[in-house]
Amino acid sequence: MSTQTQLSRRGALAVAAGAVSGSLLWPGSGSAQAQKPAELKVGITTFLSGPASVFGVPARHTAEMLFEEINRAGGIGGVPVRALFVDEAPGTDHLVGEFRRLVQNEGVHVMFASISSGSCLACTPLSDELRKTTILWDCGTQRIFEEGRHPYAFRTQGYATPEVLAPLLYLLKTRPDFRTLAVINQDYAWGRDSWEIWKTAMDALKPGVRVVAELFPRLGAPDYSTEVTRLLAARPDVIYSTHWGGDLVTLVRQAAERRLFDRSTFVLPVAEASLQILGRTMPAGHIIGTRGDHWNNHPRPRDPARLSRFVESYRRRQNEYPIYPCHHMYQAISAMQAAYEKAIAAKGGGWPNDQELAAAFRGLEFATPTSTITLREDGQGLEDQIVGVSSFTDRFPFAVPKDMIIFPAAMVSTPVGQKSVDWLKTLKPDLLAQVPAPIAG
Amino acid sequence: MRRGAEISLALLGVAGVLAAAWAAPWLRFVLTIALAKGIAVLGILLLLRAGQVSFGHALYLSSGAYVVAFLAPSLPEALLLLPLAALIAGLIGLVAGLFLARYRDIFFGMLNLAISMVFYSLLEKLYELTRGTDGIRVEPPRVAGLALTLEAYVWAMLLVALVLAVGFGMLVRAYLASPMGQALAGIKTRETRLEFMGVSARRVLLAAYVLSALMGGVAGAIVGMTTRHVTPLLAYWTTSGELVFIAILGGAGGALGPFLGAVTYELVRVYAAAAFAEAWQAILGVVLLLVILFAPGGLWGMLLGLLGRRPGRAP
Repeated sequence: MSTQTQLSRRGALAVAAGAVSGSLLWPGSGSAQAQKPAELKVGITTFLSGPASVFGVPARHTAEMLFEEINRAGGIGGVPVRALFVDEAPGTDHLVGEFRRLVQNEGVHVMFASISSGSCLACTPLSDELRKTTILWDCGTQRIFEEGRHPYAFRTQGYATPEVLAPLLYLLKTRPDFRTLAVINQDYAWGRDSWEIWKTAMDALKPGVRVVAELFPRLGAPDYSTEVTRLLAARPDVIYSTHWGGDLVTLVRQAAERRLFDRSTFVLPVAEASLQILGRTMPAGHIIGTRGDHWNNHPRPRDPARLSRFVESYRRRQNEYPIYPCHHMYQAISAMQAAYEKAIAAKGGGWPNDQELAAAFRGLEFATPTSTITLREDGQGLEDQIVGVSSFTDRFPFAVPKDMIIFPAAMVSTPVGQKSVDWLKTLKPDLLAQVPAPIAG
Repeated sequence: MRRGAEISLALLGVAGVLAAAWAAPWLRFVLTIALAKGIAVLGILLLLRAGQVSFGHALYLSSGAYVVAFLAPSLPEALLLLPLAALIAGLIGLVAGLFLARYRDIFFGMLNLAISMVFYSLLEKLYELTRGTDGIRVEPPRVAGLALTLEAYVWAMLLVALVLAVGFGMLVRAYLASPMGQALAGIKTRETRLEFMGVSARRVLLAAYVLSALMGGVAGAIVGMTTRHVTPLLAYWTTSGELVFIAILGGAGGALGPFLGAVTYELVRVYAAAAFAEAWQAILGVVLLLVILFAPGGLWGMLLGLLGRRPGRAP
């Protein structure tokens, strides 16, 4: 190899490095945005790789589809929208860096943060620091608004406490005479948190239930034969599991093969996203939830035409039914549209700055295809929860709920300013009297 | 002459970092993380001199970060947290090093990996204590007794990282030139000769190991205070792999290599993620392959070649 070619290759590299660093040093747009921008940039953090991409990628497809629809209809306030996606998988330091880059360099107008609760916990302090409206579009941890105030962060869907309490109330309402219970949850924060919420509420509402097994297999475990054996031996009346994604599919398949579903009633609050993959393997007669009210067979959606339009256009593009992260993304985008309309109207047609946009989000009420969601004064959204029993119909090639109960969000959410676990301890069994009756069918 | 050139290169680097951070606010954060990782990689470089690769240095990075996460509420002072993190990581390094220093090559690497993964599992399992995978939030501590605004705090962390990077860079440079450092190279070439001279190879390696653990702890403390959220992912083997990746990318020839590698790594990752959100892993992999194939001395070796010198020693 001659020195000359080496030098020229290195020279080329140096030039390339220079060009790259040049583009990085001079950001495209500043942070001031009093004027109407040429486009409305939305930064979206979601899982594009790793096991949680089963949620992240469908949500990304939803965002792309809805942004196209919005742009065809003339954008938001006449401004076309553009999404910039960030992968959550590499970890906190990368995600936090990307958040800063999107806000400070790309000049995004709104951030959508995170599927993972850890990511949301890392991003909300940034929304305070950078004063950038951040929609927590999917994460569920109750810690966000219970441990601090975040004036620029808003969660446009329910969260862990209602998503666990609603299935528990359903169980207590429809099958009140169980005496033993086992839990099998993934061994990480959500698995532990969701068990703590369930256990606290169950001890308050139905004291004396014996917990015969507490199993926490690791995230991504390929084999549950030990756990299934223990559950078969322990013979619990009820098995509670907040498994999700591929792990839930594995658990249900292995438990179904060994007839565990015949012996115990399962309560699966995050089942919906895995039901299409499970198909007919999912046994009928077990309690299933969807982290919200957006079932494909919602008994009385607020806007049936809008729901079926969304489901059908998603199916046309992706050849599958939308799952709950798609609906959460839809909710976040609907909230953003509603907030911009409100802020633009409040300013008499002018374009809102960051403070005015955040002010529009506070107390915002926006419509989803299935119902209406209100953002409370602490930023938490009030989303109704629907829980039902798995069943099969001619309409869908996979399990859908029947005998659904619609839990009003305010009934199952921790009141503003209280911590979930403390509030759950104060629940009284007469709460069950307030639970609406199941909708037959 | 060589020394003068290295100092001017380092000064150029410092000026470059400051200029970039001044021009692009979001880069302050990325560069702080890069400098912190560079400090941790300096520790890897010490061990590389002895021909030993540690696949478990995330242990020290994460222990430094968790020291910050646990102590920051009761001791909100960055300049106290940093030495404490260094001390605790150094102590863990001493305990682990006492028996790790007996092993060489693949056994050394794998045992390091094993210990770091045990620590990772503990962070995940001791849920009541560590909040598991959701991690612990870190409120910005005071710096030198001053409660800074968040913008000033970001600057302060960058400057702290920069000062520490320069300080540790000089320390490692001096250490490598000292008899202890020369003996490290002796472990790589022929250990028996060292013992023959009456030098204990174990002690030489142990000293380097503890120093590298200490630097890992400092780096972790900076990462914890900068990201302000600490999760067990910092202890996972992929983080250890990242540090080794940076060491190879930067080149093990000199104390500037790790910083060159870390800054390049972070920037490539940010740009790859910005341009192709779902293919950034592939791009990083291709960059590493190119470096291994065409520049075995790493970026530092390439830089020396550009300056018309012989490339530094390969790792």
